[in-house]
Amino acid sequence: MIRKLKPALAAAALSLAILSPLAMAAEEQFFPLIDYRVGPYGSNGQAFYGGFIDYLNYVNLKEKGVNGVQMTWEECETEYNNAKGVECYERLKSKAAKSAGPIHTMSTGISYALVDKAAQDKLPLAMMGYGRTDAVDGSVFPYAFPLVTTYQMQASAIVKFIKDKNGGNLAGKKIVYLYHDSAYGKEAIIAMEAEASLNKFTLVQIPVAHPGNEQGAQWLKIRQEKPDYVVFWGWGVMNQTALKAAQKVGYPRDKMIGSWWTGSEEDVVPAGDAAKGYMAATWNVAGKQVPVIADIQKVVYGAGKGNLQDAGKIGTVLYNRGVSAAVLSVEAIRKAQEKYGKGKAMNGEQVRWALENLNITDARLKTLGATDLLPEIKTSCDNHEGSGKVKIQQWDGAKWVPVSGWIEGNKGLIHPLFQASAKQYAKEKGITPRDCSKEK
Amino acid sequence: MLYREAGQFKTSYAADQQLFPIRQDRIGVLVLLAVAFLGVPLLASEYWFSAILIPFLIFALAALGLNILTGYAGQLSLGSAAFMAVGAYAAYNFQLRIEGLPLIASFICGGLTAAAVGILFGLPSLRIKGFYLAVATLAAQFFIVWCLTKFPWLSNNSSSGVISTQKLMLFGHELNTPVEKYLLVLGIVVVMALAAKNMVRSTTGRAWMAVRDMDVAASVIGIRLMPTKLLAFAVSSFYCGVAGALYAFCYLGSVEPDGFSLEMSFKILFMIIIGGVGSIMGSFLGAAFILLLPIFLDVALPFLAELFGLPFASATVSHIQILVFGALIMFFLIVEPHGLARLWQIAKEKLRLWPFPH
Amino acid sequence: MNFFLEVLIGGLLSGVMYALVALGFVLIYKASGVFNFAQGAMVYLAALSVVGVMEKGAPLWLAVILAFVIMTLFGIATEKFVLRKLVNQPPIALFMATIGLAFFIEGLAPMIFGSEPRALELGIVDEPIPWILDNWNMVISKFDLVAAGVASVLVATLALFFQYTRIGRALRAVADDHQAALSIGIPLQHIWAIVWGVAGFVALVAGMMWGARNGVQFALTFTALKALPVLILGGFTSVPGAIVGGLIIGASEKLAEIYIPPVMQDLFGGNFGGIEGWFPYVLALLFLLVRPEGLFGERHIDRV
Repeated sequence: MIRKLKPALAAAALSLAILSPLAMAAEEQFFPLIDYRVGPYGSNGQAFYGGFIDYLNYVNLKEKGVNGVQMTWEECETEYNNAKGVECYERLKSKAAKSAGPIHTMSTGISYALVDKAAQDKLPLAMMGYGRTDAVDGSVFPYAFPLVTTYQMQASAIVKFIKDKNGGNLAGKKIVYLYHDSAYGKEAIIAMEAEASLNKFTLVQIPVAHPGNEQGAQWLKIRQEKPDYVVFWGWGVMNQTALKAAQKVGYPRDKMIGSWWTGSEEDVVPAGDAAKGYMAATWNVAGKQVPVIADIQKVVYGAGKGNLQDAGKIGTVLYNRGVSAAVLSVEAIRKAQEKYGKGKAMNGEQVRWALENLNITDARLKTLGATDLLPEIKTSCDNHEGSGKVKIQQWDGAKWVPVSGWIEGNKGLIHPLFQASAKQYAKEKGITPRDCSKEK
Repeated sequence: MLYREAGQFKTSYAADQQLFPIRQDRIGVLVLLAVAFLGVPLLASEYWFSAILIPFLIFALAALGLNILTGYAGQLSLGSAAFMAVGAYAAYNFQLRIEGLPLIASFICGGLTAAAVGILFGLPSLRIKGFYLAVATLAAQFFIVWCLTKFPWLSNNSSSGVISTQKLMLFGHELNTPVEKYLLVLGIVVVMALAAKNMVRSTTGRAWMAVRDMDVAASVIGIRLMPTKLLAFAVSSFYCGVAGALYAFCYLGSVEPDGFSLEMSFKILFMIIIGGVGSIMGSFLGAAFILLLPIFLDVALPFLAELFGLPFASATVSHIQILVFGALIMFFLIVEPHGLARLWQIAKEKLRLWPFPH
Repeated sequence: MNFFLEVLIGGLLSGVMYALVALGFVLIYKASGVFNFAQGAMVYLAALSVVGVMEKGAPLWLAVILAFVIMTLFGIATEKFVLRKLVNQPPIALFMATIGLAFFIEGLAPMIFGSEPRALELGIVDEPIPWILDNWNMVISKFDLVAAGVASVLVATLALFFQYTRIGRALRAVADDHQAALSIGIPLQHIWAIVWGVAGFVALVAGMMWGARNGVQFALTFTALKALPVLILGGFTSVPGAIVGGLIIGASEKLAEIYIPPVMQDLFGGNFGGIEGWFPYVLALLFLLVRPEGLFGERHIDRV
């Protein structure tokens, strides 16, 4: 055992050495960044976490932190691997004991593995557009926040978008749900099925085996089925392959609507012309016309502190998503400071309270320079989602163009599904749900 | 001087048949166990337990399982992670569906289920050899993971296929601190490792090694190939299955079928090759090496970059980690193709002669 | 029936793409007995070099030539610095070394050329051929036909190279018996370097085809997983085996994906699609039970 401890002791010593420069300043808000920049999804992570870090830097440079509290962070590479994600979490958690911003893992698998641990350690876990969706029910999951919107609400919003396009009636239509055959792809099935029986359209489910770089059979089947729309839940290489395969069988791309993990530049650019006209949902818009994005480029990159190697990624969907995630995280810290003391670093419990009491209006977004970057959001104990709205955007061959306003999914249909699932989870785990009427 | 068997006379059969015939080895193992059971819980931090020691022990157990199959019986397998998945899901279902089944019993049931599945996928080994068999075991890897995704009953109808394991109850006491989980895992791993150590020197183990070295010759001297190979698959899968159950229950707490990926199977294979094929000790050394190296690189590289003032972007650092990991594996194989266990063996031989190496 | 044919032809054409990757494995295994797991990573490296060089402003033909140079140098370096040092080690150690090599490439390639997925335009659109679509109502992609053409040219060239050139004959001699080849004065190490160079070239062709089809990105390394069942079906040592194996795997996998899940759905209920991940492996496994050395592999005789 001693032999094995040796290299690790050296590692521990090294990690102390790295941390020491960070530990000098007085009040600092620490962000444990459990991120990934290599592997099959590495370029997605680079854009997202690049945006996230750039915004934290921006807050530090522009307004000298939140009420004087500087934002600090430490990264840990997970390679999108669950076990490594847990190791990263455990490594960063002791540093997050005193002050902790929300943890963003951008991986459904890792966030599933962290839900229980984070609750035990009183660290807030943000899952923006991924992760354990029944955590919308905050009474069972006090420390997990599927903020802004969830897969199920997204599916419902996409159906609503299609319905509006068809004059409010989907009866007799046929929709194919083409999905990555994993936890991620399967989450939305329950919502699609509920919508199908409500709106009386035919739903055909076609799974694609991981990694999805070969979809010949699936698309021939789609060609045979002749659906009116294809709702598409892919990830990584599966996205480009689907667009190319759609072109190969001559299926019109403007009848394909993807989830928000299929609608970034990384997903469509490699498909070339095959992607033109393709639509995807998103909870944040792309582009540099958003004031805060332009300002980040000026302030952060002007000061030479930009996180991206390739500044061309600024303003892409995933970069802006990283910025949006950071905006919400910093707003939560601001909110927590209002309650627990301005100019102080906030710990996990305090940030948790703030995340549960977020109220970011359009006016507030305007002040932040984030007008229309993301929807308004108001969370509460029984609604950790806070919005449930998405926009549909379309790829015109060079950039993503929003083609709808903010569309809200059918909350009355979807939220009871979350509550039922959360209830089952509470029963399995022996958790007594909080009484949300007593939370303020 | 310190490490030699000279002067240790065996006066009974029992003494001759001990698991560790050399006195210094016995003392060493006892000290190691004492440190692991008593010293480590006092010294290590929570991070060490949850992020390093528990996964280390679990992967060492899985590597041990694969080593029995590959190192002792000579059947190359790339499906270890799938057998871990079987163990994890089976243990979960036994806990879920049989009221009041003790935790250890469901781990054992998980292991037995994995053993049964292992026998099934071991059948082709009677006809196929070498890399053909390795690629064929990939069938097990992909098929099992697919089954776990497709039959909702196996994950208790969870909409995403993810299972969250039950509470760890042992003799009416709930284990929830990392130290308790560590001790549970350690206890199981120690028992199973000693059992393996004993097994590989028994008739069974010797039959396995005969089959490994040349199966035609083994069958000529009267070793029945079918039961021997299938037993190797069963025992190996049992070990992997228990490791999988521990992985789900004591480490992650919630697992999805896709988590038991091909990548994980490869990781376990790395462990035995780096550690030493055909060595119980090597499984542990290899697991430690493969788990700690990336963590070490993760911590050391940014530090070094800062030290030398190299302006590396975060992405570059991550890429260098992978690159260095690959390069170190190649370097290591070139320096010592027989693994860490071989280095240990050389050290022991040197120690025997020290300080008069003639 | 029409649909069946459509699926069958689509599958056969996909199979050609698998065979392209499998060829690289076969070449190296045949000549040096190394199961080169880094072949997938080499496909990635090759495709990434092409787009990386093109981004610097080079035209396609120049980029391809430069990528070929890169792959050859890389192959020679691998032989010199890794495999030569591992001569006479057990096959599993060599296999492991190539996995290490795969990691090395996966870290190195994106560090040099960037990791974001990119398009590779070869000027062939992946669209159905209108004439067949109109007359037969079948979807046959232009791109797939070109890929099939490229594969046949490649195989023919390799066959001629092996059969009629001096180096080719030396390669076959080495494949037959290292010791004997050495003893009659064939420079073993040069031959291995050449084989790695040729494997690099095959990886380049495969990388360009797959890259043009799905975009140049990390996932190109996964193409290796599609090639493995082809390999065991066709035999590790046979070039024609890789092609025939590819066709069989491609066609049967597509047909299975279409026709098996509905049957299972009737039996068990639920959705059983997405069997492409394991079906080729199980098929290859069943096949091996009948012929343990693959379709065209060399029969292995054990002597005590």
